[in-house]
Amino acid sequence: MKYFGLIWAGLWRKRTRTFFTMASIVVAFLLFGLLQGLNQGFNTVVTNLNVDRLYVSAKTNMTDGLPIAYSARIKAVPGVRAVSHWTYFGGYFRDAKNPIPAFATDPEPLFQIYRELKVKPEYMEAMKKTRTGVLVSEQLAKQYGWKIGDRIPLGTSIWTTKQGSSTWMFDLVGTFDASAFGGFPSFYINQAYFDENAAFGAHTAHYFLVGIKDPHQATQISKQIDALFANSTYETRTQTESALAQMQLKQLGDINFIVNAIVGAVLFTLLFLTANTMMQSVSERTPELAVLKTLGFSDGKVLTLVLIEALMLCVFAAAIGLGLATFVFESGALRRIFGNFGMPLIVMAMGGGTALVLALVSGLPPAWRARQLNIVDALAGR
Amino acid sequence: MTLFKQIGAVAVMNFKSLPHRVGTSVVIVIGIAGVVAVLISVLAMSTGMIETMEHSGRDDRAIVMRNGSASETGSALGRDAARLVADAPGVRRDAAGKPIASAEVLRLLNLFRKEDNAEVNVAMRGVGPQVQELRPELKIIEGRMFRPAVTEVIVGKAAHAEFKGLNVGDTFKTRGATWTVVGVFTTGGDSHDSTVLTDAETLINAEQRGGFQSVTVQLESAAAFQKFKDALTSNPALAIDVNRERDYYRRQSETISKVIYVIAYVVGGIMAVGAIFSALNTMYSAVSARLREIATLRAIGFGATAMVMSVLAEALLLALIGGAVGAAIAWLFFNGHQVSTSAGGQGVGHLIFELSVSPGLIAIGIIWACSIGLLGGLFPAIRAARLPVATALRAI
Repeated sequence: MKYFGLIWAGLWRKRTRTFFTMASIVVAFLLFGLLQGLNQGFNTVVTNLNVDRLYVSAKTNMTDGLPIAYSARIKAVPGVRAVSHWTYFGGYFRDAKNPIPAFATDPEPLFQIYRELKVKPEYMEAMKKTRTGVLVSEQLAKQYGWKIGDRIPLGTSIWTTKQGSSTWMFDLVGTFDASAFGGFPSFYINQAYFDENAAFGAHTAHYFLVGIKDPHQATQISKQIDALFANSTYETRTQTESALAQMQLKQLGDINFIVNAIVGAVLFTLLFLTANTMMQSVSERTPELAVLKTLGFSDGKVLTLVLIEALMLCVFAAAIGLGLATFVFESGALRRIFGNFGMPLIVMAMGGGTALVLALVSGLPPAWRARQLNIVDALAGR
Repeated sequence: MTLFKQIGAVAVMNFKSLPHRVGTSVVIVIGIAGVVAVLISVLAMSTGMIETMEHSGRDDRAIVMRNGSASETGSALGRDAARLVADAPGVRRDAAGKPIASAEVLRLLNLFRKEDNAEVNVAMRGVGPQVQELRPELKIIEGRMFRPAVTEVIVGKAAHAEFKGLNVGDTFKTRGATWTVVGVFTTGGDSHDSTVLTDAETLINAEQRGGFQSVTVQLESAAAFQKFKDALTSNPALAIDVNRERDYYRRQSETISKVIYVIAYVVGGIMAVGAIFSALNTMYSAVSARLREIATLRAIGFGATAMVMSVLAEALLLALIGGAVGAAIAWLFFNGHQVSTSAGGQGVGHLIFELSVSPGLIAIGIIWACSIGLLGGLFPAIRAARLPVATALRAI
């Protein structure tokens, strides 16, 4: 510790050089923090997804749909708390350019299964009483300036009404708080109204949502549900929320690989930069290091001094970079796109480890050179 | 004129002394190479996807869907509508006088990727009997064409290579039918190569639900599009959207390619900031290594501008080398590299495409490299020019 002053002075011997080296390390670790943070964030979100929800879809493909009548049979499976469903409605408001994520559903059990969605009891009552009712997330209502009591026309390119119209009218009876899902916009209509009016496709659900009492029974209940409908015309497949999300994430492509490749390229580049800075710094200081040795500093001590200098440079800069990345996560700039998640601790640990390795690899060659210095030759400038 | 001579002389002298400063110079080259390689590789995903989608459509073909449909999965067309569309003016007719059109159905299949066993949605397209006249680019490369009324399919070349269970002779199930693969086709590397094709009527009968989703027609010429579109949109019996096939496919990849652009430029931008710092570092040390030389030149009458230019020229040269190395790395490792994603939207299913490092991308990379080099060289150059001659000479 008593050598701190010496190392510090050595580090700032050339201010501009140290500053720029540091700045590029800061930038690299900012990028490292952001990319790995997002990547790990996705993974944790996926693995921490609610485990007491199951999703039942057609075995052949989700888009094939299942008969709504399955609902009662699924409800009868022991351990099942509530059953609702999603029927994809889609549709758009005024123009096809404003798509609305509308689903026909059985609203009451839906909100029992998604306990994170908060709706006032009076709105739920109104929804049950109003056949043409619709519950909209607060965000979506705000986006289009809809107020409770408004009549909302939705255009659709698939579901013509029995009268042959491609516009459906809905009455906004309430809003709900979807902030737990990053304000995920949604638009829920009554299945009964849909079945009554759709020219075709009635009584079909794309996903059954199943709330179960005990998450430990997820696998067993999934198997039981699928066994109920095995060898029927409409076979099912039941998945947990996290299995479903993992499948969808995988379909996007190999995110892990891309993130690691970019971070690898950045760190590799950085390694050269830092190694070069340290090399320059040591070769400029050759006479000084020789003086230190003359004063009685052992070879090992000189090596340690140079290594610690590299370590301070890297670790200090990395800490600033990771700090900036954390700030970006906390500030909520990304929240709108990715929902709620902070900087995972594991990324901080990974960053710290990487900084150490970077310092050692880039600092070792110059440190070794400093150790090998021969006092006489160095002082003579040979 | 003397200014140019001066710049030339100093620059040449600089370049000649570069080998003595290899260590620091390599830093700038590697730094910029890293930025350019990452930028180009990420953008190559977007370009590859756009190219694949654009090749999927032609200007002299049109696709008709229900109005308001963003893609085929969100569309429904009845038989009457399909017939009206095929019979519209502007559609080319075959030797027998029948309009060349294909009323199509799009379904998604659950298949597994060979590579990691991931389950993906693959597009299965039911096509009309005239599909080979409509798509002359469709070639059977193994086995034979499917026959109507028996549940047979042909699979795209890319799908055949990417997914399990699509070899000739294999079977797979959809609701209501078991299909046999009887052939492998290619359409020359466009998005249809990622799909499975069968007869539309057979598919509709097997599933017993819904009608067609789109009709694709061969126009008399690319110019006949307006005539065709006007005739259909003025028909009150039809509520449809008419698009040139190429525009339709281009639009399918628009959202995802925008997302890739943003990622490429945000990541590339952050990396570029880092590279500018390292370029500054390199050029400052280049200037300080040449301190005596610069002072001497200034003392014998070389102007400040010549100094600035010579430093900038050096930075630019190193940046160009870095840019070229980065572009070469991206091209060697990623050009033609095959990737697949479901992010192209439901209308396409799981799309397999090759990354494409186009000349345009290489130009973008080189421009970035030069900008980084110039920014990194500017301040050190000014420092070189401002150097007080007397002090600098005394430093010897």
